[in-house]
Amino acid sequence: MTEPFVLITPTYADGEGRGAVHKQVIVFLNDVANRNLLRGVIASGNRNFGAFFAHAGTIIAAKCDCPCLYKFELAGTETDIARVRQGLDLFWKQQS
Amino acid sequence: MTLHSAVHPVAKAVNWNRLQDDKDLEIWNRLTSNFWLPEKVPLSNDVQSWASLTPEEQQLTIRVFTGLTLLDTIQNTVGAPALMADAVTPHEEAVLTNIAFMEAVHARSYSSVFSTLCRTAEVDDAFRWSEENEFLQAKSRLILEEYNATSNPLKKKIASVFLESFLFYSGFYLPMHWSSRAKLTNTADLIRLIIRDEAVHGYYIGYKFQRGLELLSETERTEIKDFAFALLFDLYDLETRYTEDLYDPLGLTEDVKHFLHYNANKALQNLGFEGLFPEAICQVNPAIMASLSPNADENHDFFSGSGSSYVIGKAVATEDEDWDF
Repeated sequence: MTEPFVLITPTYADGEGRGAVHKQVIVFLNDVANRNLLRGVIASGNRNFGAFFAHAGTIIAAKCDCPCLYKFELAGTETDIARVRQGLDLFWKQQS
Repeated sequence: MTLHSAVHPVAKAVNWNRLQDDKDLEIWNRLTSNFWLPEKVPLSNDVQSWASLTPEEQQLTIRVFTGLTLLDTIQNTVGAPALMADAVTPHEEAVLTNIAFMEAVHARSYSSVFSTLCRTAEVDDAFRWSEENEFLQAKSRLILEEYNATSNPLKKKIASVFLESFLFYSGFYLPMHWSSRAKLTNTADLIRLIIRDEAVHGYYIGYKFQRGLELLSETERTEIKDFAFALLFDLYDLETRYTEDLYDPLGLTEDVKHFLHYNANKALQNLGFEGLFPEAICQVNPAIMASLSPNADENHDFFSGSGSSYVIGKAVATEDEDWDF
């Protein structure tokens, strides 16, 4: 990565929230150069997991000290897509 | 007699250190770490709450749980074993044995609820009702037809995902409804464990479906997709009538239908397809959503708030070993 970015990631947690962040994402974020450019995270998941819905977003936000900006289910709905587009536009304006 | 025979295929031992698809091990680990038994849930704490329901509400609850038992039984004894025959890796077969067994645990759980809360005669009546209810029998038949051994492997997976990610929800609605009114809350805890398992089952079988679909030609893919939507329409038609039959007396039918639409779209997404029902009719009663996720942070859109409402923090010690910063 060469520019600031927002990470969009799925969630793989078990019933206790363990293993929420996929190994590939962990490897990517372990690279300090990537982590330094991370500005926020958006996570997908399934509400069937209750409190651990899209838990990867919560974990990454805490680990990398960046905001969790949005959570959505599976592939998202049209409303999710519109909110993320609008939200990211505003987010990057505030960042610059 | 010879020990080696040319006519018999070689029997192969499953080697978990040689994976063809990493997803098999990932899901195996997920399912085994989620393992539970109904004895874990203190159902007897619901005895007083059960007594506060009217006789009609009690009968509805027993019937709904009997309907769920039937679907779990089908999935345990026919569905998951039928998918095993189509497994493309030995590890997939092993995962499906876990899925089959957990479906047996789910079916068995409803009987734990019954033996704790209900009188035997009422339960026997409900089991008789499940054999006579035309909508419940019709949707079971539609699924069982696809599980028939001659059916296409991808069509079996479609039927399985629709059962796990769609057909259960007309039933799951009721314990979430009671829980939102602080009734049968321990039973709701048990149902949430089932709901969690079904999410993994629907995801995994949907994943295997998508891998299989990728191998087909454009024409074949279109044919499979048309089949999936046609089956969903047929099942939806039966589900709405089943829902009306059960929930009209309590005036909950419209509320349940929104929950059905929402879950039908999720079932289609598990198969890699777009949702069918427009968002306006997928807005689930917030009380039901809150019941599904007790203790959850309800706000998942942090863009609209000020910076301070972003989620930063909360203890995450469980994952430390994975993160070698």
